[in-house]
Formats: sequence, C-alpha cells, structure tokens
Amino acid sequence: MESSFFLVDHLSISFGGIKALQNISFTMNKGEIFSVIGPNGAGKTTLFNCISGLYKPDQGNIQFKGNSIENKKPDTIARMGIARTFQNIELFSHMNTMENIMLGRHIHMKTGVFKGMFLWGKSSFAGKEEIVHRERVEEIIDFLELQNVRDKFVGALPYGTQKLIELGRALALEPDLLLLDEPCAGMNSEEKQDMIFWIKDIQDELGISILLIEHDMKMVMDISSRVLAINFGKQVTLGSPEEVQQNKEVLKAYIGEEN
Amino acid sequence: MDMKRDYYEDVQLLTSPVVLFWFAVLIGSLYCLPFFVDNYYIYVANYIAINIIVAAGLNLLVGYTGQISLGHAGFFAIGAYGTIILMTKAGFPFLLALPCAAFVSGCFGFLLGLPALRLDGPYLAIATLGFGLTITQIIGRIELFGGREGIHAPDITIGSWVLDTDKEFYFLLITLTIFLLLFMRNLIKTRVGRAFIAIRDADIAAQTMGVNILYYKTLAFAVSAFYAGIAGGLYAFVLKFIEPEIFTLMMSIMFLAMVVVGGLGSMMGAIAGATLLCWMDLKLRNILDIPYVGDWLEHLSNNWFSITGVSNIQYIVFGSILVGIMLFEPLGLYGIWIRTKKYWRTWPF
Repeated sequence: MESSFFLVDHLSISFGGIKALQNISFTMNKGEIFSVIGPNGAGKTTLFNCISGLYKPDQGNIQFKGNSIENKKPDTIARMGIARTFQNIELFSHMNTMENIMLGRHIHMKTGVFKGMFLWGKSSFAGKEEIVHRERVEEIIDFLELQNVRDKFVGALPYGTQKLIELGRALALEPDLLLLDEPCAGMNSEEKQDMIFWIKDIQDELGISILLIEHDMKMVMDISSRVLAINFGKQVTLGSPEEVQQNKEVLKAYIGEEN
Repeated sequence: MDMKRDYYEDVQLLTSPVVLFWFAVLIGSLYCLPFFVDNYYIYVANYIAINIIVAAGLNLLVGYTGQISLGHAGFFAIGAYGTIILMTKAGFPFLLALPCAAFVSGCFGFLLGLPALRLDGPYLAIATLGFGLTITQIIGRIELFGGREGIHAPDITIGSWVLDTDKEFYFLLITLTIFLLLFMRNLIKTRVGRAFIAIRDADIAAQTMGVNILYYKTLAFAVSAFYAGIAGGLYAFVLKFIEPEIFTLMMSIMFLAMVVVGGLGSMMGAIAGATLLCWMDLKLRNILDIPYVGDWLEHLSNNWFSITGVSNIQYIVFGSILVGIMLFEPLGLYGIWIRTKKYWRTWPF
C-alpha cells in the first residue's frame, strides 16, 4: 500500500464508559485543508489530542509521512512536523509575544545549559543562534501583523490577538501539518475574515497542510477541500463540503430532527 | 522610548552606556567594600552572598519552572560535606573540589527530579522534604564524614594564595557569586530558560511545541541542586566547621521563603529576598538591644508569655514581617520594585 501523507486508521478511544471516538478513519493529502465538524462533545478535540500524543488511543493507528506516531510522546510528534493550536488558549502568559513565538523555534535551536550560560555577546554560540531565530520569528510577526504587540505580555492582550499569537507560535515550528482547533471561536466577523485569509495564505505560500476544527459552516465550506463530520465519537460522513452539507445525518446532528 | 535596532538587544544585559556605567559602579563598590567596613560586616556579606546563590538556584526551580523543593538544605549539605571530604580525604584543591561536590549535588538533584515528573504541588513538596531530612540523617551516621561530631574545614589555598581571613574569602566568594548570577541570567534568557518558563505557564502547550518535559523538569532540579551544592561548599568555609544539625528543615524553608518573599520568577527578587532575610535573621538576634522597641518587647514577653518570657522573640518579629510582606505585596519585593519603577516613570502624574 502506498503510504499517504497523513492517515488515521480505525481510531478508537474511551474514557471509562464513554466511547469518545469509535473507528475514525480518514486520509489527508499534502497541501490540503481538511475540516472536522460536529456538535459540541462530538470528539473533535479528542481526535486532535490523540494526534498530538496527549492521549493514547485504545485502538487504531495514526501515520504521518509513512511513520506511525503510536507510543510517541508529544514533543517527538512535534519534531516530526505536526504543530497545533488550542481551543482554549494555551499561551505562556508571562512571556511577551516575541518569546512565545520563540518557544516555537525550540526544536530548531541547539543551545543547551552550558552554551546558554555562556551568552557573552553577539558572537557567542547562544547569541548567534538567538539572533538568527529572532529574525525568523520577526518574519512570522510581520506575516501575522503582530508588530504592535511584539514586546507586550500576552496575558493582557485581546482574545483575537492571543489566538493569532498561538497560530504564530505553531507556525514557528515550520510544521508540515498544522492542527487548528477552532481558530475563529469568539472572533467578530472582521477578525474571522482575516483569519480565513491567513489560513489560505499558510496553505498557499507556506505549503502547510491544515487539519481544521471549526463551527462556522460558511468558513468550513469556503476553505476546506474535504470535510469529516463526527457525532458522539462516530464518523457520520466524509466528503466534499457540498456533499457533507446535504447529508441528512449532518443536518440532524446540527439542526435536529423533524417530528 | 527605547528603540531596538538589533535582535541581540532582546537578550542583552547591558543595553545602554548608562546601564553599563551603573553595573560597573555596583561591581566596583562590591570589590571595594572590605576596605571600608569592619570584619563583622564582611562575615555578613559572605553569609548573604552564599544565600543569594542558593536563592538564585531555587528560584530557577520554583519561580521559573514551577516546581517546588523543601529539600534544598540536603543539596546544600552535600555540597558542604562533599567539598570538605574531597579536600581532606582525596587531596583535591579547593577550586576542583567545589565544582565536583556541586556536581554530585546536581546528580542527586537529577534523581530527586525523577519523582517530580509524576508529582505536583504539595505532593512534590513532601517528597523533597523527605529527601532533605534523609540526607542529613545519612550524613550524620557516616564515620568518614565525622558523624554527629561534625568536621572541620581545612584552609583554602589557591596557588600560593592562602585564604585564611573572611576578607580574603570575600573576594573569592563575590567573584563566584557574580559569575553564577550572570550564568543563571543568561540561562533564563536563552532556549533552556524559555523551555522552563513554558513548562510553568502551560505544560501541555510546551509539550506540543516540542519541549521534552521529562528532560527539562529533571534538568531544572539538577541545575538548582548544583547551585545549592556550590553554595553549600562555600558555606563550609564561612563556618569553618560543619555538623549535620546545621542542615535542618528550617534551613530549607528559609531558602524557599527567600525566593517567595523576593518575588517568584525574578532574579532581582531572589537577590533581594536572600539579602533581606539574611539581614533580618542576623539583626533580629539583637532585637532586645534596640532602644524603646527592645524594652517594650522584653516587657511584653515577661508580662504576657510564660514565666521565663519568650527566649526567641526575634522569630515572632521575623514571622510577622514575612506575613506583612506577603499580605501587602504578594509578588514580593520584586512587586514593590516594579510599582516604584512605574511610579517614577510616570512621575509627576
């Protein structure tokens, strides 16, 4: 069998008696924007947590670029090229924007304890490395138009800005696959438009494949090439946005049933 | 407005000639101190400098990485005993014995860091507390280490320089302290330090960004223990004589108090906290000699407490001051510093 870019195969996980995910299977192509939809509690974030290694699935397999991520720790999975954002913002609140995004460069940097301690001037190893990677982070800050909050502590910034910084931090990893967990939640329509614009840019300019969880149907239909719908941990349907939109089960899950 | 022209300025310590000037003044005056004050204050300065080293190390663990340790007196003891034993029994020169003993302490820190991967908060506090208590018990039973009777520190010689007075030791100690603080500051500003802070602020996000949480948590313990080990090794030569009873639980708690009172997650805070608590500890011993206040306290003690009065009334005052600081400024001395700075920056508005 030819190995696909990203593959989830019969994934199941349960917490006690709750079957959070049952037999979820899909594949993603390189460069694709693939969306996962479903009502609250359907298991979308659980799926993300399995992919990024925070949960260990009971059954099934996840493969990325031909390698299984089974039993791999979250940091190893990040090094393989999978980055993510969180539904509830998980920024480092006592760092400024620059430092937050710099943490995303962690896997690309080499400074250890001793080299870090010997940060004497620009020509020291740590000094050189800091400069190189700060330049890289500055490009991300420019890309996401975060210049005005560059040196501000993130804890006090507006919600939408924090979401953007999270996106920036994930981009700093230079991943091949980016998991976005409700990037537009809690944003106004203008911010949403910007976010859609950036997500498309990330796909087009940076060539990063995106796995997206989103509730905004219009946005999902606009940007994704394929959509997976899940409900109560079960796969409802998988197909093009139009197909999924017309699926009776999806309508039932979202809008409710006619009596 | 400070305009940045260079990415290096983000991590630079001496960002302008003004800062460089004051930094030079500070270092210069530290080296000139022994020529102006009498011997007792040199002893006090040595005592404070040693505690600053421990506080800086503990701050890395508690303030920056979000772990806790109530066992730092144990690492301190390993450093102290290790240095003396390596010098007297193995014939190491001081400058080699000190880092070797601290390295051993760091290894113990690494081992203690392993349970820290599963424990958090109060549970970790108890685990480390157990370590601190056990270490002194073990050391007190080993004949080679002098057992309960303790052990004398030999004279230090570096080349042909014999450091047999507090004053001479001060120059060595202050140099080491400055370098250790600079190392710590650099560490916090670069990749490893960022990983520590990331673990403290949002450990799940840190993991998914590629930070190996197991490695960095144990590393924080090891570096912190290394610093405590260095400080312990130096402390042995301030006291000239060590015994297991010195390294008590109270000592561990005082180290933690320095970091918290100073302000968690701030180098300045650790320095200020260590200085204040050491100063109070030494000064409050003579609290009854202070005019009016001393008389009043003695009167209070004799009239209202047990028949003999309270012998350690300084601890009551000491404790009250700590309660007061935490009550009025939960961010510690560093919080006061930030507020003062803000006030003067916007002055006169």
